[in-house]
Order: sequence, then structure tokens, then C-alpha cells
Amino acid sequence: MANYLLIESRDPYATHEVRHDFHLACNLAKAGNKTTLFLVQNGVIPTRKNAISSGLLHALDNGVEILCDEFSLRERGIPVDTIMPGINIAPIDTIIDHMVDGSKVLWL
Amino acid sequence: MSDNKTLTFSIMDGPFEQARTVTVMRLLNVAARRGYNINIFAYEGAVSLPFARQSKHPNAVHGRDIEEEDHPLPKDWIASLIKSTAANGGQLDWINCGLCVDERGMQESIEGVRRGTPGDLWKWACESDNTLIIGTR
Amino acid sequence: MRALQIIESAYRCTIEEQDDPAVWITHAMKGAGADLGVVLRANAVNYAVKNQDASGLVFGSLEQSQPPRIDQDIAALMDKNIDVYVLEEDCTERGIPSADFISGIQFINREQLPEVMEQYDQIWHW
Repeated sequence: MANYLLIESRDPYATHEVRHDFHLACNLAKAGNKTTLFLVQNGVIPTRKNAISSGLLHALDNGVEILCDEFSLRERGIPVDTIMPGINIAPIDTIIDHMVDGSKVLWL
Repeated sequence: MSDNKTLTFSIMDGPFEQARTVTVMRLLNVAARRGYNINIFAYEGAVSLPFARQSKHPNAVHGRDIEEEDHPLPKDWIASLIKSTAANGGQLDWINCGLCVDERGMQESIEGVRRGTPGDLWKWACESDNTLIIGTR
Repeated sequence: MRALQIIESAYRCTIEEQDDPAVWITHAMKGAGADLGVVLRANAVNYAVKNQDASGLVFGSLEQSQPPRIDQDIAALMDKNIDVYVLEEDCTERGIPSADFISGIQFINREQLPEVMEQYDQIWHW
């Protein structure tokens, strides 16, 4: 089993494929891989508590760790205390940390 | 202080078009601060990121002259990252895909950028601690 | 080192380049000794459809003499012993009959994709 970091820079409202990316994260986790989804750029748009974002909730339910780029939130005026429970804030350094640790890192 | 980690990135996007360029620069900045060795394989439009003839301009909409506007130029970001990587004990090696350069007429790059082929990307990937491909859309 | 090329972006600059850059770089790296596999997902599943024809474009007096032949480029990957997988659900979603695909393609579903990814050291998503 491996560690996976999936970097999602798109949102599911504008790009249909993002829903399949969330599905991939779930399937990797269900297969026993430690799977992290790192949301950056417009990837952070669906993180608001009131957002219609079943894909992210499904990923959380399946054991996917979801991290959200602090700068991307701030750039879009999304206060950290307004994002949905279970999603954690992280610096961009997280991606470099995963690369150094030998995770399989995909920019989706 | 370098701990001898080497990371390879391949990027495909040209400047001033989308958000990936800035995110890539943020990633490179983290690796540069840590003194890692950084390899960049610029593919397709990304070969124009270090194009030497990028120039600043004033912005009447912002009400600022050329100095006040201080317009960012990716070539300057790259030059600065090359310096800061070296200052922290690492090396930033940038290869522009040669065929991509030719078809775009992007032969004039800043110092520190060289031509190469996809074979260089594969060689780097085999020699690096990890590789991240950032495709375009 | 083995790398899996997952290709999502499709028909983006294929007319200008006369190929797809992700498919092209796969060929180029294979020529440099790379050990690669390919997964076609999203619109790129259509790259494995037979009888694609981008010929006949003329701009002013300039005819494009070498239009892309993506299906042949995909077939050529398999000729070089590169496994090419296509995501079944993406084909179904787009209504592509299985008979329309070139031979040699391996169909996998979304649940099987992690098993394929497990076989490679790095996953490169284009």
C-alpha cells in the first residue's frame, strides 16, 4: 500500500471531472492506501459549510484526509472558520513534504 | 542548509493565463528555501515562462505608472528562485523542451535556462526523490 | 522506475502539434528507455477510437498536410509494449460502443484503477 497525495485545483461546479477525482480518492483509500486530497486554487471553492459538495463529504466518510491551501482560502475571502468540519488548513509546504516523503503525488 | 533532496517538476502552462503558474512558483519557493535541488522541465507553453523579453508596463486602470505598478514577470520570479536556491545550498536546473521553444520562437531565455528533450525529464525522474507533473487543461 | 501516464486532457492542441503532447512525450520518453504505462480517462478515452480523421483543414492557402492520427499514435504505444488502459465508465458516459475502439486496449473500471496505480512507482497525470 502507498501514500497518495491528490492535488485538486479545480472545483466540481465548473469541471465535471472533479467528481471523478473525488471518487478516485475514495477508491484509493478503500483499497487501503493512505490518501490525502489537497485542495488549492479554485479547488477550495466547495469547502464552505453550506456548499453543495457531496463528493468531499463522501471522501471524508471514506477515510480520505482533506487539506485546504491557506492562501487559496484567503485569496477568495473564505474565513477558515467557515469551512466544513473535517477539512483542515495546510500550507503549500505540505505538497513538498509529501514529495520528499515519497508519496505518489498527482496534480489532477 | 541543503539536505540533498532533489525534486523534479514538469510544467506546461505559459504565463499570465491561469493560476497554476503561481502555485508552481509557490512550490518552487518552498523547495528553494529548504535548499533542495530543483529540476524543472518546461514543456509546451511553459517554455515562455523564462522568456527574456517579458517587460513591465504601466496600468492606467489602476492609475499607476510603470514603477508604481511594478508588474510581476515570471522570468524575474524564476531568476530570483535560481538565486535563492543557490543561496540555500541547492541548485535549480531549468530545461526548456527544445522543440517547444522552436515552434514558439522562444529562443531568448534568461540565464540559467537550457534546452533539452523529454529524455532529460525521464533521466531526472529516475535520479530524483520524486516528480510532479503539472499538466495543462 | 515505472511511471503511469494518466491522460485526461484531450484535443487541446492536436491540430497545431499534429499529435497530443502527453501521448507524444510518452513515445519520446519510451525512446529514451522509460518504463511506462498509460491510462486514458475523461475525454481522452476518445483517443482510442478508430477512424479519427482530422484531415482537410486549410488556412488561407495553407493546407495542413500532416493531420494528427491519435488512434494510430495510441496503437503505436502498444506496439512498443506499453500497456494502454481505458476507463470503462468514461466510455459509457460518452456513449462510445466497445466496437469503436482499436484493438489491444485494456478496459478497467474505476474500482480497478488503484490496482493499476499500485503497479507503478510514480503516477503522472496529464
